[in-house]
Amino acid sequence: MTLLEVDDLRISFGDKQAVDGLSFTLEAGGSLGIVGESGSGKSTAALALLGLSGGSVSGKIRFDGTDLVTGAPWKDIRGARIAMVFQEPLTALNPFQTVGDQIAEVYRLHTGATRRAARERAVEVLGQVHIADPERRARAYPHQFSGGMRQRALIAMAIANRPKLIVADEPTTALDVTVQAQILDLLDEVRATTGAALLLISHDLGVVAGSTESVIVMRDGRAVESGSTESVLLSPRHEYTRALLDAVPKPGNRDFEPGPPLLRVRDVHKHFPQRRRGSFRKPPPVRAVDGVTLDVHAGETLGIVGESGTGKTTLARMMVGLIPPSSGSITFDGVDIARRRGRSVQMVFQDPLSSLNPRRTIGESIADPLRLSGVRDPRTRVEDLLERVGLSRSEYDRYPHQLSGGMRQRVGIARAVAPSPRLIVCDEPVSSLDVTTQAQVLALLEELRAELGLSLVFVSHDLAVLRRIADRVAVLKDGVIVEVGPTSEVYDQPQHPYTKELLAAVPVTDPAEARRLRALRSTVGR
Amino acid sequence: MIRALLRDRGFVVGAVIATGMVLVAVTAPLLAALAGQDYTTYHDTLLDSARGGVPIGAFGGVSGEHWLGVEPGTGRDLFARVVYGARVSLGVAVGATILEVLLGVGVGIAAGLGGRWADAGLSRVIDLVLSIPSLVLAISLLAIVPQDWPRPLILAVVIALLGWGGTARISRGETLSLRTRDYVAAAQVAGAPWWRVARREILPGLTAPILTYAALLLPTNMVAEAGLSFLGVGVRPPTPSWGQMLSTATTWFRADPAYVIIPGLLLFLTLLSFVLVANGLRRVLDPRQREILR
Amino acid sequence: MIGHLTRRIVGGAIVLLVLSALIYTLFYLAPSDPAILACGKGCTPERLADVRAAMGLADPVWTQYWHFLQGIFTGRDYSLGPTVRHCPAPCLGYSFETSQPVTTLLMDRLPVSFSLAFGAEILSLLLGIGAGLLSGTRRFRWFDRLVNGLVLAGYATPVFLVGLLLLLLFCVHLQWLPFPQYVPFTTDPLLWAQNLLLPWIALAVIQTAAYARLTRAGLQESLAEDHIRTARAYGIPERRILWRKALRGALLPLVTLTAVDLAGIITSAVLTETMFGLPGVGQLLVGAVNQIDLPVVVGVTLLTGLIMVLANTAADLLYAAVDPRVQLR
Repeated sequence: MTLLEVDDLRISFGDKQAVDGLSFTLEAGGSLGIVGESGSGKSTAALALLGLSGGSVSGKIRFDGTDLVTGAPWKDIRGARIAMVFQEPLTALNPFQTVGDQIAEVYRLHTGATRRAARERAVEVLGQVHIADPERRARAYPHQFSGGMRQRALIAMAIANRPKLIVADEPTTALDVTVQAQILDLLDEVRATTGAALLLISHDLGVVAGSTESVIVMRDGRAVESGSTESVLLSPRHEYTRALLDAVPKPGNRDFEPGPPLLRVRDVHKHFPQRRRGSFRKPPPVRAVDGVTLDVHAGETLGIVGESGTGKTTLARMMVGLIPPSSGSITFDGVDIARRRGRSVQMVFQDPLSSLNPRRTIGESIADPLRLSGVRDPRTRVEDLLERVGLSRSEYDRYPHQLSGGMRQRVGIARAVAPSPRLIVCDEPVSSLDVTTQAQVLALLEELRAELGLSLVFVSHDLAVLRRIADRVAVLKDGVIVEVGPTSEVYDQPQHPYTKELLAAVPVTDPAEARRLRALRSTVGR
Repeated sequence: MIRALLRDRGFVVGAVIATGMVLVAVTAPLLAALAGQDYTTYHDTLLDSARGGVPIGAFGGVSGEHWLGVEPGTGRDLFARVVYGARVSLGVAVGATILEVLLGVGVGIAAGLGGRWADAGLSRVIDLVLSIPSLVLAISLLAIVPQDWPRPLILAVVIALLGWGGTARISRGETLSLRTRDYVAAAQVAGAPWWRVARREILPGLTAPILTYAALLLPTNMVAEAGLSFLGVGVRPPTPSWGQMLSTATTWFRADPAYVIIPGLLLFLTLLSFVLVANGLRRVLDPRQREILR
Repeated sequence: MIGHLTRRIVGGAIVLLVLSALIYTLFYLAPSDPAILACGKGCTPERLADVRAAMGLADPVWTQYWHFLQGIFTGRDYSLGPTVRHCPAPCLGYSFETSQPVTTLLMDRLPVSFSLAFGAEILSLLLGIGAGLLSGTRRFRWFDRLVNGLVLAGYATPVFLVGLLLLLLFCVHLQWLPFPQYVPFTTDPLLWAQNLLLPWIALAVIQTAAYARLTRAGLQESLAEDHIRTARAYGIPERRILWRKALRGALLPLVTLTAVDLAGIITSAVLTETMFGLPGVGQLLVGAVNQIDLPVVVGVTLLTGLIMVLANTAADLLYAAVDPRVQLR
């Protein structure tokens, strides 16, 4: 039975055509993924199902016998028959209301249940999404939940009224990879137990691979390809789908001869004192990095992987001498790193916008390290560098806000390369970029490394990216390295349980593999 | 940026009036000479002694000789007093604002870039300055300062000493937030010394917020000066100031309403023009439209 | 929570201590002779000698300051020649000009200042939030512009100017109201309100515009938040979203402001009280300044400092009470 039928949907904002003739169907209890990069119109299309897209909407949306484009009984549909799970779990919940109250409010609104019954239902669904001690947690405010728990709470809110369709718009984008896997598993489980259909929207092919039966690839408001998940991901017909799949990082294979150790990290700790709060006893310090010993060899790319809060940024900043370690030593070529900056070690930052001074031209930003190392008139050198990283010489006089994210990151790389360093530490350099741009920037970094004989330290949360670029990988957890070794060894024969958990959580684009990993997770987990 | 400012109608009107007022203040002696008057000479003959010294004639005794009429009770020329008053009002306000910005930005950057102890200490001082009841303390201070010290200068210093907290707090906050930007880290990685970081990376970022704030401080300081002069602790007679004129007007406003209207209107217009300029600057310089108008 | 409160109180006490030390040294080390200042106008040489002795001016400054601090907690005796004046705790000094303890003078004046401040604050809150809501829901564009214009005009209007114009209009020209004359609330509430109406309006004009603008900005900001979109997606009616969800976030900043503004009105009511001839603390200060009655000046400064500190603490606690995300530990 067809639950949702979208036919020739068009949504425009002024001159801009956000959705341009989109058609698809979704069976009751089925699952459909919509994949596209930012600006492809996928979220706008999803919001249109609830009449919240704005803009002018035309075409047909038939849901369960009613047409949603020409005036729908929204009161009976929103939150009751179609429920939405949003991207940002922190801001998507009302900060002033307890989680239980928010779920109960929605339930009461649509069922007219008593307060008491609504509260009970809230606790029930919170239990259903595996929130421990739901009775007590229902009385907590959203800020007292972790990111993953908030997303669970949103899913609980979605299933409270037993909807026929759950629309999940990038439900895992802000989450760590292990949490992402848990949330995707939960959505899959909820679909099986409640019989609701799932419309899953994501920029990540790996996210939809294991969770949907069919998939649509969107670009510029149109579906460029659609079909069963299996056929689209394994034998794509459209070139854009192929390009997307190609852009997903593949394991790299480079023969590499480790040179002598260049940067030596010896038993480094970094503890941040906590502010005294209320009580007169001082709280224990946060142990961001808690005893790390590492070598970076000349000519290698060392990957450091870790989820949020594992101290990977702190470690990266200590490696370039930005933060002094609390104890331990970091030496570069035998000299304390605090006394060698600039010419020896450089850094590429995560957010290319915040790493460029908005009030200075990008040429000036790149020229700065050159001037500091004694170059008198660096303009031509900077222009050469711009050309080398794939920008035109005339970009010298433009400001950061006039550039796209990928271009800005190229500028960041040019600035890092400018004073001819021997080591560059990259802190999540591609995590804010679209998948195709990401591939280009990674390729640029690899070229530069080979050409200039650089060593790279590549810090990332993304295992797939590291697998492609790194010669060796170190796995960081709670400020400690739990495993380190050649990339192929760590990925193929992980030793530490945390590494195994991480690897099982990585989204893969092969649907069969994705299902195998899900099964693996359910035996490893709970 | 200039073009964006010129598109703001309020800003243009404000800027024109404000420039006019500044010109008036600068050329006060010239203007008074042009009118053939000075601000000290009494004209008893123009007052109606039967009605207690109210100026004779319509609207406060306006005539070809006395363009804005004369002051009730003394008969001094109002035009001369008003243009000289502009000198005091604007001069004190501008002086106080400059002092506040210098003091505030200095302390703010020192707190923001200094170590933990410097920041803790300076922040406490800033908090203290912000929690002082400034008007009350200003009145008290002005009451004990010896009478023969140069009054306008004292006024500017007192207003500035009690009012630099806001600038300091904003500078400190902005410095702290700018300091965590990656481009500051990038400059440090490249080996830039702290003063180069402060000048090249931090100060340019402070200009916009401080400029918008200072643009609003100016009218605030004008109100402060007018208020203090209104209460009789501002400039000393015979030096005129708009606030002090309004103060005398409280005793005359039943008999001679014109005497309230002229300095009142001028004060309002000048303040409004500065507020319009500040508002325009804020709109252009601060895209987040932060609410600093309180 | 208790720990936080303790620290706030300690912090406030430090501020007051520093403030009092500052004022004390400034005033007593000022280029002019403090005894002449304290003695007031119309001072005879014998009286001056008495005052000098009573103030203990022969002692070092810090001893004098210590006596002053002691007086606040234990009271103090001033011997003026043969007579001894007792100044009970909390003694903020003794006004030789009026022959009364400063504390008594302040207590007599406080009700007036409080009446003025609370009335004006309530009036401007009501009008400001109302106007802010009307313009924030964007139902009337012209109203939006009017509020915007009023904010700018309000910022450019000193309170004494508004006061003068109001007096001119309502008392002289239209003669709808008598010239304000303070009547205690306990004597006649109606007359109390009638006489305070013009001062309230004069103070509220500026405050109202600021509140309207803040409410409007806050409402627009919180209506754009993600959780409002969630509420819409779950079918919660617009009206409920506005009143139950958006408004709370919008009014949060106002809560803290109210406490601070209230203190601001009390401490800056000097102008309003002088303008309308209301016998409040501000008028007391201006009078004392003109009479060069130094102990009163010190007392008023300290009292207003105390009010500011209390208001800031109250604002802090209120903020934690209305926003569950803020935790005071």
